Amino acid sequence: MSRGILAPSDWRRPSVRRTARVVHGVLLVALFCVGLGPMLWLAKAAVTPTQDTLREPLSLWPGGFDFANLATAWTRVEIDKYFVNTVVVAAGAWLVQLLVATTAGYALSVLRPKYRKVLTGVVLATLFVPGVVLLVPLYLTVVDAGMVNTFWAVWLPAGANAFNILLVQRFFDGLPREVFEAARVDGAGPYRLFWSVVLPMSRPILGVVSVFAVVAAWKDFLWPLLVLPDPDLQPLSVRLPALQQYVELDVFLAALAISTVIPVALFLVFQRLFLKGDALSGAVKG
Amino acid sequence: MILDTRPAAPAHVPRARPRRGPRIRGGGLASLVFLLPMLVVFTVFSWLPIGQAVVMSFQQTNLVSDATFVGLENFRTVLSDPLLWTAVENTLWFAFLALLFGYPVPLVAAVLMSEVRRFRGLYGALAYLPVVVPPVVAVLLWKFFYDASPTGVFNTLLGYVGVDALPWLQDADLAMPALVLEATWAAAGGTIIIYLAALTGVAPELYEAAEIDGAGVWRKVWHVTLPRLRGVLLVTFILQIIGTAQVFLEPFLFTGGGPANSTTTILLLIYDYAFANSLGGDYGAATALSLMLAAVLAVFSAVYFRLTRGWGTS
Repeated sequence: MSRGILAPSDWRRPSVRRTARVVHGVLLVALFCVGLGPMLWLAKAAVTPTQDTLREPLSLWPGGFDFANLATAWTRVEIDKYFVNTVVVAAGAWLVQLLVATTAGYALSVLRPKYRKVLTGVVLATLFVPGVVLLVPLYLTVVDAGMVNTFWAVWLPAGANAFNILLVQRFFDGLPREVFEAARVDGAGPYRLFWSVVLPMSRPILGVVSVFAVVAAWKDFLWPLLVLPDPDLQPLSVRLPALQQYVELDVFLAALAISTVIPVALFLVFQRLFLKGDALSGAVKG
Repeated sequence: MILDTRPAAPAHVPRARPRRGPRIRGGGLASLVFLLPMLVVFTVFSWLPIGQAVVMSFQQTNLVSDATFVGLENFRTVLSDPLLWTAVENTLWFAFLALLFGYPVPLVAAVLMSEVRRFRGLYGALAYLPVVVPPVVAVLLWKFFYDASPTGVFNTLLGYVGVDALPWLQDADLAMPALVLEATWAAAGGTIIIYLAALTGVAPELYEAAEIDGAGVWRKVWHVTLPRLRGVLLVTFILQIIGTAQVFLEPFLFTGGGPANSTTTILLLIYDYAFANSLGGDYGAATALSLMLAAVLAVFSAVYFRLTRGWGTS
């Protein structure tokens, strides 16, 4: 087992162990309050009548339960519709990003055309352009293409993600080339090689890219706000701030809770991918 | 098997040999086919718009009439806007507060967490949880927490320790720190995970060597852990600056730039130039300001990396 700052001999000293236990206990309580606390509060508030939440926001147990909040939010406030829109936005953005990143990564890393260095350079250069520079011209591009109020306006620009390509390309670079050679000897063409050899070997990185893609789409606010002005097409993140003005507080908090469930559930299920992905992003940016 | 069925004629060898390297290249056509999605998407949605941004900053553009070149007029408009300097000040203030709140906390948390021996996964998950909450939900939730009445969530907490209710978002001096507090809560988990990954890369031998030299815990942290993290710390610093310089969501949803423009940031100003007017915005001024911001960030990063070159230990 690897060791950290404290030596194994340190750990055998009772004073060190006691201090470490206290520090870690305090840290755990703090993380619990700060990380989970607001989520638990939201879960409670989602099923609490408005008056109780307003009068005693921090009471541990609500005076009464109002599970109808969730149903009202889902049906009358039409959270169901915005929820489906969010899923559609995220699914399309995921598909486009996966398609672009895997095909480009394969071409640049495995097929290696002569101009690959130049191409990689121009792709990576976009990483250094802050997003704000693209905002207005990209908006006008989408307007000119007549894509406003279509999901394509969110899906397609999501594909232009140099970070994905970088991740996939690096992963493909690390695959053993002997396997490709063997597949070639067995008669696999470049398409077969991509589909039957490279992709099945790339599950870990596809998982990371997928998690990034879905979460980013779920979080995005400004871009869908600009290109999906029609409320019937808007995802949750865009719709929630507008709803706040004419929905009762308890129902609104229920809507917030519903919007949080999927990302949190995805995180709990794919925890390792999330944490690995963020660590990777730090490593790559570094 | 394949070898067996092949006529083992030596004549094949010279023909097969040169194909070994390029064999996997699959010819120029296959490469092009695979590159096509990327080329189309990047051309239309990245490369051309970046070029267009530069052109548009010298043009008067709206959705109705044709674009006309106006030289440096857009830059002049932006630079003479009295709100610009307010926005620059506010953005710098946001960035400063974000560093003050958000830079040391994840570092301390990560160093402590790296020493946890049981349930380390639980610590990591709890720390990361705020990152997966959709930012819009987080802001709207915190907006409720910041309720100015004495029964607001944070004000109730303050009441427990005998502090009077604060007006939070309604106060020109308090609004920005309140925004930064939420932003820090939302982002710290990601930084913690990056530091944790870097901490696992610190070689145990270095700690052992320090112990042989008689170093205690604090000196090990100071002389081994922190120097080993220097490279990562330098990068997260500049990334945080670049990120906070483009802060939009918090001021937009919490305060809309108020009270009295105390939270108007540069990105909010760009948004106002381009999109606040439903009749079609001043796209030229908006791109001019975004380009100026990008240029400042580029220069800053270049100087930063120049100055810190050699600081990051390998």
